[in-house]
Amino acid sequence: MSDSGSYYVPHSSKWPIIATIAVCTAMVGGSSLLNGNSSGKYVLFVGLALIVYMMVGWFSTVIAESEEGLYDAQVDTSFRMGMIWFIFSEVMFFAAFFGALFYVRTYSLPWLGGEGSGLATNTFLWPNYEAVWPLDANGPGRIGGEFKVMGAWGLPALNTAILLTSGVTLTWAHHALKDMKRYQLIIGLGLTVALGVIFMYFQALEYGHAFNDLNLNLGSGIYGSTFFMLTGFHGFHVTIGTIMLMVILARCIYGHFNPKNHFAFEAVAWYWHFVDVVWLGLFVFVYWI
Amino acid sequence: MSTVVKDTHHDEHPSGIMRWLTTTNHKDIGSLYLWFALIMFFIGGLMALVIRSELFQPGLQFVDPQFFNSMTTMHALVMIFGVVMPAFTGLANWMIPIMIGGPDMALPRMNNYSFWIMPFAFSMLLSTLFMDGGAPAGGWTLYPPLSLQTGDAFPFLIFAIHFMGLSSIMGAINIVATILNMRAPGMTLMKMPLFVWTWLITAFLLIAVMPVLAGGVTMLLTDKFFGTSFFNAAGGGDPVMFQHIFWFFGHPEVYILILPSFGVVSAIIPTFARKPLFGYSSMVYATASIAFLSFIVWAHHMFTVGMPLAGEVFFMLATMLIAVPTGVKVFNWVTTMWRGAMTFETPMLFAIGFIVMFTIGGFSGLMLAITPADFQYHDTYFVVAHFHYVLVPGSIFAIMAAVYFWLPKWTGNMYPETLGKVHFWLSTFFVNLTFFPMHFVGLAGMPRRIPDYSLQFADYNMIASFGAFGFGFAQLIFVYLIVKTIRGGEKATDEVWEGAEGLEWTLSSPPPYHSFNTPPVIK
Repeated sequence: MSDSGSYYVPHSSKWPIIATIAVCTAMVGGSSLLNGNSSGKYVLFVGLALIVYMMVGWFSTVIAESEEGLYDAQVDTSFRMGMIWFIFSEVMFFAAFFGALFYVRTYSLPWLGGEGSGLATNTFLWPNYEAVWPLDANGPGRIGGEFKVMGAWGLPALNTAILLTSGVTLTWAHHALKDMKRYQLIIGLGLTVALGVIFMYFQALEYGHAFNDLNLNLGSGIYGSTFFMLTGFHGFHVTIGTIMLMVILARCIYGHFNPKNHFAFEAVAWYWHFVDVVWLGLFVFVYWI
Repeated sequence: MSTVVKDTHHDEHPSGIMRWLTTTNHKDIGSLYLWFALIMFFIGGLMALVIRSELFQPGLQFVDPQFFNSMTTMHALVMIFGVVMPAFTGLANWMIPIMIGGPDMALPRMNNYSFWIMPFAFSMLLSTLFMDGGAPAGGWTLYPPLSLQTGDAFPFLIFAIHFMGLSSIMGAINIVATILNMRAPGMTLMKMPLFVWTWLITAFLLIAVMPVLAGGVTMLLTDKFFGTSFFNAAGGGDPVMFQHIFWFFGHPEVYILILPSFGVVSAIIPTFARKPLFGYSSMVYATASIAFLSFIVWAHHMFTVGMPLAGEVFFMLATMLIAVPTGVKVFNWVTTMWRGAMTFETPMLFAIGFIVMFTIGGFSGLMLAITPADFQYHDTYFVVAHFHYVLVPGSIFAIMAAVYFWLPKWTGNMYPETLGKVHFWLSTFFVNLTFFPMHFVGLAGMPRRIPDYSLQFADYNMIASFGAFGFGFAQLIFVYLIVKTIRGGEKATDEVWEGAEGLEWTLSSPPPYHSFNTPPVIK
């Protein structure tokens, strides 16, 4: 709490209102598209383009201010708190989907199968339905047709190893940054980005396998719903994390950051580790057991 | 414009509309939030008056049932997300940096983003009134499968909720970072005003539960458009699961709507009783306990849905536990007033009105917590009476108390005291006239969210409708009074109130554009 009085408060900024308009445009376009209005996709595209423009502009402004030395230790702490609580909100977002998975496996499927107070439901509504996870779990209505489940020990296990390794390379890069070894830093970060890209490539292969060989998709009952929503949102977060890592890599190549002052690097590293931990939860509860 | 180097042109701002669109000043943004909440208060209020007009007499007279249900749904969404939450965020923006002796909010640009999302999100939501299939009409709780039958409004509704959730989360992150990082030297956590404490805990609740709501409505969206089976039993899902997800958000949400009120009342009662707040630390711990308990009581909203007995009993007992910390608070406020040198200016009247009528709502909440009794009360007007008592003479009265309390500080002018008192007494009379009879029709079995009712409920409904119109018109006094005070009036002193304590009263009235560029000394 020292250095008060020099806390940097930008006078005014056009980026937030651009951000609002951009997100609102994308949402209106997306909604129209979902309602079957095909011109919605143009509005959606304009909105997404504006979002990209806004993010580049807003982050460039912040990076420029940071490089100018406008941010003191107190501003740095505000940024850290902001990132920590943002990651906490992300944890809670994933908690909703994990919660749905656990609820379905612990309560609703057994009840549909006649357990506990679900006896009448099973006897009169869904006779002969047997609750088994995951094989027969496209539900008593056999929604989406027969499918096969995704195994754990092929690509998913490989992806686990890839993400865990990327955590190691990122920590290596961080140590290199703190020791002023810029060459190692760039190699470490570059490897992390490469591992992120490989992860996403394997994930795409896995989805292709699911669609084409297993007949597994979003419509495959509650198994397909939880599988694709959890792994899909995770993959989306890996994508964002990889883009963030690329920006940090570029900034390292430009010579940004020093051993004492590299909040952006650390924020992205926290985010990457968070994505990593979510994957471990996915691997255990979605793929494995 | 945005990359101005610091220390140049300190008091130059873009003028006109651009000042408000691009501002990063906590006072500007606080004012924007408060104005937005006031406008939405009248939009949501008009919807309430449509409801009360239809219920003035039994039978269908003014609107068709679908539109009636849209009105109940939209009234709730507007009042919760568009009035109470932004009003409290506005108060937080205005007061927290001043109360803790900081220069501004911790993340000023994000602060602007949090605010400007609100009018856009609500434009999206309100535009659904004009769409094919009408506005959402399945209740603000959005239970599937009913909510999945919404027409073109559906994706707009879901994205509007995502959008306001984004605003709430960013606003809450900003408030946490401000409170934890921007305090003046010597302002330890346990020296902070209770308004700051209650907001810190509220912000934590917001960050924890808004993403869960986002997840839940995302599942609704994919169930409707992308073939998932989260809430479809034929696919192995369960519609009841949505209720669990929704109320895991929804119950902390009701404390998000009330905890800042506790902070406001804890600021006003000591001022006008001219005594320090009784039991400061117990107030902090009670607030934290309420926040903790709010995470383990959600299923008391769904006692009749068919839960295992152990669940019914657990959620009943956990809910009743909340009465303990809440009782601590009411006890502390009353004890603060005990033998105080009390005067009854408008903020104090609203604060005392809050304590009395919020407690009535608290007691009916305790009745609803009793599982077997709830089987009778569930989805009746008794529930409507309960939550309107905690929200209208609860949250809304606290917001009005705060406005009267701090308006002289914000504007530099005193409001007309007599008119403020008239506003209070009219509001109090009419709010009870509106909502007290709902207890009786509820216990007698009148269901909520139905545009018609059985003849024996006619008298009380007519009384409630009179009350609602009276309450609505009484609020015009509030608007007149705010505008009049902004435009002029008797000059306020810096301290404003004789017994006022806290950093905000050390600044001039109105305070300078930048509050504390050098941190104040904290005793």
